[in-house]
Amino acid sequence: MRGTLRASTAPVEVDRPAGDPGLERDVPWVVIVWNDPINLMSYVTYVLQKLFGYPREKAHRLMLQVHTEGRAAVSHGSKERAEHDTARLHAHGLWATMQRDS
Amino acid sequence: MRRRDRRVSRAADGTFRLHLPDREREVLRTLPAQLRELLAVGDPALERLFPPAYLDDPEQQAEYASLVHDDLLRQRATSLEVMEETIDADRLDEEQLSAWLSALNDLRLVLGTRLGITEDMYEEGLPEEGPDAPKYAVYAYLGWLEEQVVAALAEGL
Repeated sequence: MRGTLRASTAPVEVDRPAGDPGLERDVPWVVIVWNDPINLMSYVTYVLQKLFGYPREKAHRLMLQVHTEGRAAVSHGSKERAEHDTARLHAHGLWATMQRDS
Repeated sequence: MRRRDRRVSRAADGTFRLHLPDREREVLRTLPAQLRELLAVGDPALERLFPPAYLDDPEQQAEYASLVHDDLLRQRATSLEVMEETIDADRLDEEQLSAWLSALNDLRLVLGTRLGITEDMYEEGLPEEGPDAPKYAVYAYLGWLEEQVVAALAEGL
């Protein structure tokens, strides 16, 4: 992200439990936003507020986590919910992926 | 911010004033059509606009892409159209300014990807000489303008 803090990390590899297909419906999913060098820090905070209704402080904290740690979990829920949230983040140009919660 | 640098401000009635000098409008005017052209013919930089949802499951990813790709494309095209249609406007409603924000951000993502922008480049300073200098200048300008759009919209959250 563009900002004053340094950061790094690209989404190359994600640990994911093997998962039991029989349990798939009950396993919660998590949506992750990854750091990128282009999106503005203020924009990422704004999108997290707007899409998820997070208070500014929470959205700002998540944005900083993305920026400094390279990624942050921004929402949790069913697979359908995670796909919906991921698509909304993609519509806003954020680098989001989804995976089973571990 | 100095008053003469202000480009977007929220009015009392909830709309937004655009204070864009003509020369900036002329730069902005040409950009939506350029991105629309890329969206039509395809370009490697567009991958940044359509990232994978699943990193290690090609089958699920293919299914996801088939579900959302056309919607994402349509939303992007609509934002570009709104920006084009209102490029000479002095006042925008919130929906129109949100479309501008989407269009500006998509333009930055594609231009920045094509220029190979990295985090370090912000600290070193974007190149001011060389064949790509004008593109870096547009990229920097888009970011500067987008900051103002975000600030104006975030006031209303």
